[in-house]
Amino acid sequence: MYRETEILKQPGVGDPDVFGDMVINIGPQHPSTHGVLHLVITLNGETIKKVEPHLGYIHRSIEKMCESLSFRQFIYVTSKMDYLSSHINNHGCCLCVEKGMQIEVPPRAQVIRVLMDELTRLASHQLWWGAGAMDIGALTPFFYAFREREMINDIMEETCGTRLTMNYMVPGGVMTDVHPNFQKRVHQFIDHFKKKIDEYDELLTGNVIFQHRMKGVGYLSKEDAISYGCTGPTARGSGVNCDIRKLFPYEVYNKLQFDEIIETGCDCFARYLVRMKEMRESLSIVEQLIDNIPEGDIQAKTKAVLKLPKGEYYSRVETARGEFGVYIVSEGGTTPYRIKFRSPGYSNLSALDHMARGGKIGDLVAIMAMIDLVIPDIDR
Amino acid sequence: MPSLENIANSIHQWLNNNFSGPWPMLIEFAIVGVCIISLFALLGLVLIMMERKVSAWMQLRLGPNRVGPVGMFQTAADTLKLIVKEGMTPDGADKFLFNVAPFIVMIIAMVIMAPLAFAKNLQIWDVNIGILFVAAVSSVSVIGVLMAGWASNNKYSLLGAMRSGAQIVSYELSAGFAILVIVILTGDLKISSIVEAQANGWWIFKGHLPVWIAFIIFMIAVTAETNRAPFDLAEAESELTAGFHTEYSGMKFALFFLAEYANIFVVSAIGATLFLGGWQPLHFGTDTGFNRVMDYIPSSIWFMGKTFFLIFVIMWFRWTFPRLRIDQLLNLEWKYLLPISMFNILLATLMAIMGWYFK
Amino acid sequence: MFLTRYISDVFKGIKSLLTGMKLTGWYALHHRKEKITQQYPDNKDTLVLPERFRGEVVMIHDENNEHACTGCTACELACPNATIKIVTKFDVQADGKKKKAIDKFVYHLELCTFCNLCIEACPTDAIKMAQTFEHSVTDRTDLTKILNFPGSKIREGIE
Repeated sequence: MYRETEILKQPGVGDPDVFGDMVINIGPQHPSTHGVLHLVITLNGETIKKVEPHLGYIHRSIEKMCESLSFRQFIYVTSKMDYLSSHINNHGCCLCVEKGMQIEVPPRAQVIRVLMDELTRLASHQLWWGAGAMDIGALTPFFYAFREREMINDIMEETCGTRLTMNYMVPGGVMTDVHPNFQKRVHQFIDHFKKKIDEYDELLTGNVIFQHRMKGVGYLSKEDAISYGCTGPTARGSGVNCDIRKLFPYEVYNKLQFDEIIETGCDCFARYLVRMKEMRESLSIVEQLIDNIPEGDIQAKTKAVLKLPKGEYYSRVETARGEFGVYIVSEGGTTPYRIKFRSPGYSNLSALDHMARGGKIGDLVAIMAMIDLVIPDIDR
Repeated sequence: MPSLENIANSIHQWLNNNFSGPWPMLIEFAIVGVCIISLFALLGLVLIMMERKVSAWMQLRLGPNRVGPVGMFQTAADTLKLIVKEGMTPDGADKFLFNVAPFIVMIIAMVIMAPLAFAKNLQIWDVNIGILFVAAVSSVSVIGVLMAGWASNNKYSLLGAMRSGAQIVSYELSAGFAILVIVILTGDLKISSIVEAQANGWWIFKGHLPVWIAFIIFMIAVTAETNRAPFDLAEAESELTAGFHTEYSGMKFALFFLAEYANIFVVSAIGATLFLGGWQPLHFGTDTGFNRVMDYIPSSIWFMGKTFFLIFVIMWFRWTFPRLRIDQLLNLEWKYLLPISMFNILLATLMAIMGWYFK
Repeated sequence: MFLTRYISDVFKGIKSLLTGMKLTGWYALHHRKEKITQQYPDNKDTLVLPERFRGEVVMIHDENNEHACTGCTACELACPNATIKIVTKFDVQADGKKKKAIDKFVYHLELCTFCNLCIEACPTDAIKMAQTFEHSVTDRTDLTKILNFPGSKIREGIE
């Protein structure tokens, strides 16, 4: 594992000096790396000169595993990759399979899928807010965020059966119909959350200490964001138009009224504001859809055993972290020949070195919190 | 009901009647020593429990509630755990300094308690330079912190100790200026005369603008001096290290922990004495009925109530605000707090000379 | 001018800090009705889980100790990670014909990912998800469960 680092390292750039530079590990076990991320940092005093992430601590060879699973079975694995946007990941896989087999999804299933997606996005952003605040040092917002997230988890538990890794979408639609209480509970949640999101702003957004920790930290210009391949709120905070829901709309997104949030600050505070506003946009999407679920089937009629025709298929969805892509190469059999998942966290993490140079360790923690890393997504 | 000063006086009389020579004084020393140490232990239990409960309430949960009726004995259980833990000394550590450091911090915290006025006429040592003594002795605790960081033979502890030392030394300046405002208005350094001068009203009501500014600066400065959040960079869990007390375990760690909470108590007590009137009850001008009711509450209850209110405010800070970075911390002190406190001193002096405050 | 900006910075900063403190202070004073935690082991009697909760897979038995599983192994084929293993035997019926029936329905709880594909695949609705969630055991072999009760047989008329 360490031999690759020596081959790829360019001599001179960021190497420790003879004296004065320290090389330390923010190890795999650490409360603020959101998973098992190993960072090797070269420090000069308190200033960071180079950050090198060492990945692979939670690599489970998911893509290889999917080669032995059928097209119905491989979907559940993606909810264990980025477990905070599990519905959205499953959705991406189902879209790819449906594209390959030319399955038409009934409108009721489309609306239910979009509702579940947006609720998952809200839950993921709430956890990001709580955990990010905890990394910066404020320990109470974590509990406030989890109070709201529990309401969404309870809604999911009633309809889908699980709270975190939901395997609810199948190629053709959704597994079961929504619970009769679904609408009522979502309405309760909307009323509750509208008041609480203003509290979030009171507690953290306007706080002068928080703003000083975030403003000017982790600068990522628009060109750099595009060249590193960042997507999602990380890139939208630098002014890049990359919301898949607007650029390549899928399901019913082209019929909904919502804004793409772009900020031009290019620093951590801009990314923070993008996510806070995205929470409000998701709430408004849920409000638009919850009373207008069309009647109909929840699943299109498909054969019991799915066989994708020979070819290559790619579909992309917008998760809470960025663009999630599913690329299936099929040889015509019942199992795929090769599946590749384009994970948003991997490209966002690659920009960490660029953003953290010249800052301090406190800045590194703030940058990692604002990129919203989920390491199982990166390591697959 | 027998007030504490009556008990103290009667013990003094009894000792003087029954013993002669140096004995009464030595026995009084021993009694006072035992009282202070037991106050420390009690404070440790109560304050840690209060911290856990207050933090839990702010975080929408209950605090400890299994051990004892409302979780009262939780801290006793924690102390027992810390006592029986193995206290390890790292391999290359400087043994003498490593062992002495927690005791220095503890001793300083206990010595500062000497001039404090806990109730009417209940002071251990009413020295004539009271408040200056407190400010001077609290500076010595930096040595304990640096000793702990150096003797641990751990570069992360050293980093943490250096940061912590820089922080404490910087914020003492602002705290000193805030104390100086009250001294200017009172005209005396003695704690008992500062409290006497507030008999007709607490300084926070009598002196207006300079005392308010001084109070805010004092609260911020003492939060930074005791290494509490939002200034707890040196011991932050989600940053790199656990600061200067990384290598300590068992009873020595318990001593550091206890000394931190004792420091919080002491600085809140000083804040209550200087700004909120010490053991003076709250009087509203000429309303004799209200004043009589207020007088009925014993002075020690007043003192403890004010102190615990300030302790609650310090805990409130911890659980609401994110942490400051080390350069922002020093920035805050040298670019904001210090100029404002110097301006405040000028303002307070002008006010004291011209008499522009409520007498 | 620098001085006005300095003073307004100080005031804005203090005001933002006080707003944050007001929020947490309100929660600290109203903690009795705002708390969100439950006293878990004490409230087991009143704990109600939704009926669709994916706890573990169980086979539905009615009051005559009969189930609906024909041994078609659709669930075994649908399961992504070989959690289910069906052992069949041949039952001799009244008219002498041999019919395939289920002998043991082996379910490995330690491998199950609760993905619900087996329940979807079953054509006779013989299995469902129960609402148990306390699966800790002291011995790993306790997690390999046989889902059909001893002495149970298939209901009449299920095909």
